[in-house]
Amino acid sequence: MRQDSLLSIRDLRTQFHTYEGIVTAVDRVSLDVYRGETLGVVGESGCGKTVTALSILRLLPSPPAEIQGEILFEGTNILDLDPDEMRRIRGNAISMIFQEPMTSLNPVLTIGEQISEAIRIHQGVTRQEAWRRAVEMLQMVQIPSPNARAHEYPHQLSGGMRQRAMIAMALSCHPQLLLADEPTTALDVTIQAQIVDLMQRLKDEFEASIVLITHNLGVIAGMAKRVVVMYTGKVVEQAQVKDLFREPLHPYTQGLLGSIPWMGRKLATGRRLLQEIPGIVPSPLEMPDGCRFHPRCSRAMEICGKEEPPLVQPDDGRKVLCWLWA
Amino acid sequence: MTEINKNVALRTQGRPANHQLWRSWAKVRRNKAALIGSILILIYFITALLAPVLFPGKPSAPNLIRSLERPSLEHPLGTDELGRSILGRIIHGSRISLLIAIGVVSVGLLVGVPLGLVSGYYGGKIDFGIQRVTDTMLAFPGFLLALALVAVLGVGLKNTVISVGISMVPIYIRLVRGCTLSVREQVYVEAARALGTRDVMILMRHILPNVMVPITVQTSLGMGTAILFAAGLGFLGVGVQPPTPEWGAMLGSGRAYLFHAPHVATFPGIAIFLAVLGFNLSGDGLRDALDPRFKL
Repeated sequence: MRQDSLLSIRDLRTQFHTYEGIVTAVDRVSLDVYRGETLGVVGESGCGKTVTALSILRLLPSPPAEIQGEILFEGTNILDLDPDEMRRIRGNAISMIFQEPMTSLNPVLTIGEQISEAIRIHQGVTRQEAWRRAVEMLQMVQIPSPNARAHEYPHQLSGGMRQRAMIAMALSCHPQLLLADEPTTALDVTIQAQIVDLMQRLKDEFEASIVLITHNLGVIAGMAKRVVVMYTGKVVEQAQVKDLFREPLHPYTQGLLGSIPWMGRKLATGRRLLQEIPGIVPSPLEMPDGCRFHPRCSRAMEICGKEEPPLVQPDDGRKVLCWLWA
Repeated sequence: MTEINKNVALRTQGRPANHQLWRSWAKVRRNKAALIGSILILIYFITALLAPVLFPGKPSAPNLIRSLERPSLEHPLGTDELGRSILGRIIHGSRISLLIAIGVVSVGLLVGVPLGLVSGYYGGKIDFGIQRVTDTMLAFPGFLLALALVAVLGVGLKNTVISVGISMVPIYIRLVRGCTLSVREQVYVEAARALGTRDVMILMRHILPNVMVPITVQTSLGMGTAILFAAGLGFLGVGVQPPTPEWGAMLGSGRAYLFHAPHVATFPGIAIFLAVLGFNLSGDGLRDALDPRFKL
C-alpha cells in the first residue's frame, strides 16, 4: 500500500512545565497518516493520545505546553505557522471531534448556529447560505427532520444525536484530516456502531483521512487499517490492524488484547479468563529507567530495566519498541 | 411523515427561549419575596415613565407661603421648606434615580464585563495587571470610592453616574472573570477553537452568553445599590444638585426639619427604601430562578 502521506509527524515531543517538574506527555512520536486511510491510535488513559491530537491542532496553551519536532501537513510544518495561518487550518483542513458530546456543544446556541459558524468562518458565505449548508450537513449525518433540528438547542438532543451534530460540525468545511478523540466512548453500544458506520461512510464520501483515538479495540478493528499503540507518550507498536490482532508483538499490546472479552473463543494464550495488565501507568514525573513498560511486563529481561529499547522492524510495515525483537 | 414533521417544526419554532422565560417566571412567581420585589420595581418604572401625567405641574417651583405643611388632601405627603409638594418631587425624583441606576450599571457593564472577560480568558500578565487594579479598587468600600471620585470629578448628575459607576466596575470584573475562568475550560470552547474561531468571536458568542445569568442578577442588585449610593451622595450634598428633585438631596434638606416637620425627610426615605428593596428582592429571586441547581 503505497500512498503519499497527508500528515507526517517526526519526533514530536510535547512537554508541560509544571510546578513539580517537566512532564513529557508525548515523547518522540513519529507516525504517518496517508490520504484516505483511518489510522487508529490506542492506549490506556494518560498515554498521550489526546495530547498528540491537541498538539497537531496546536490547541494546547503555551506556556505551560512546549511542542518540539515536526508536524508536516501536506509538506508544511504546522509548528512554523503563525496564529492566523493556524486558525485557517483548524476546522478547515484539519478538524476534531471530541469525546463528550454532552459538553462539546455550546448550550446557549442552536445546533444550526454552531454548524453554520464553522462554515462562515472558513468559506466566507452569507448567513443564509451557511445555514442552508448546515442543514445539508445535518441531513448527511442522518439526523431526522434536519430543518427542525437545526433550530434546537443541544439539551434537546440525545447523546447520539449530539455526536452526529459534532461530526456534522467537524466535517462542514470538508477537512482533509479528521482527528476523532474517543468519538464513541461516551455513547452506548448500539449508537457506537451507528456512529462508526457513519464516520466510515462520510470519510469515503469526503475522501478524508481519520486519526481515530480510542481505547476501544473493537472500534479500531471495525474502522482502522493501521494501528499505532501508545504507552506513556511513546509509540510502542505500529502495524496493520489484521497483523496486530493476529499476532501482537509488544507485550503491552498482547496485554491490551488479552483484556478484551471474547465470546466463545479461547484467548491466544489458551486461557478463557480475562487477563489484566498488572500495575498502573507510571506517573509522568517518575518514569522508570529503560523500557517504561518493564515494571508491568511479564516478559521483562535484565536489559529492559537498564536501557531504552530500540525501534525494530521485524517485517514490512511493522514497528515495535521492545528488546524481545531486537 | 410530512404531517409529523410539520407538527414538530411548529412545536419547536421559537419555543425554547419563550419556554425558558416562562419557566423562570413561574419560579419567580412562586417566590413571594421576589414577587413583591418585582411589583415594587414595576410600580417604580410606571411612576418614572408616567411622572408628567401623575403629577402635572413643576416639581421644583417654590411656593413659600405653603412651606412645611403637613400631609393634606391637596398635598398628600405634605410640602417641603420651599412649599413644594413632596409627592410631586418624589414622583419626578423617580425619573432621576432611575436614570442614575441605569447609567451606573451601564458604566459598570460596559467597562467591567469586557475587562472581566479578557482577564479571565487570556490569564497570565493581562489577568495579573487587571486584577491588581481591581484589588486596589476593592480595597476601598464602594461608597467611599464613589465619594473620592466625586471629590475629583465634581458634583452633578453626570459625575454622580460616572463615579458611582466606576465604583461598581471592580465588582463586575471579579464576577465576570470568575465565571469566564470556568466557562473557558468547557469542551465547547475548545471545540470552537478547534474550528478556527477567532478569540473575539469565542468571547462574544461562546463565553459571554454563558456568563449572562450572574451578570443579570448582579445588574438587578447593582441598580438597588446605585440608587442607594447616589442618594447617599445627594444627602451629603455632593450628588445631584437642587433644585433637581433627587431623593437623597430631598432627604438631606429635610434633615434640618426632622423634629417639627418629620414628613419632609421621611417620605423620600421611604421611597429610597422601597426602590432598593424592590431591586434587592427581585435580584435574589432572579438568582434563585435562573440557578440551574434549583430546577422546577
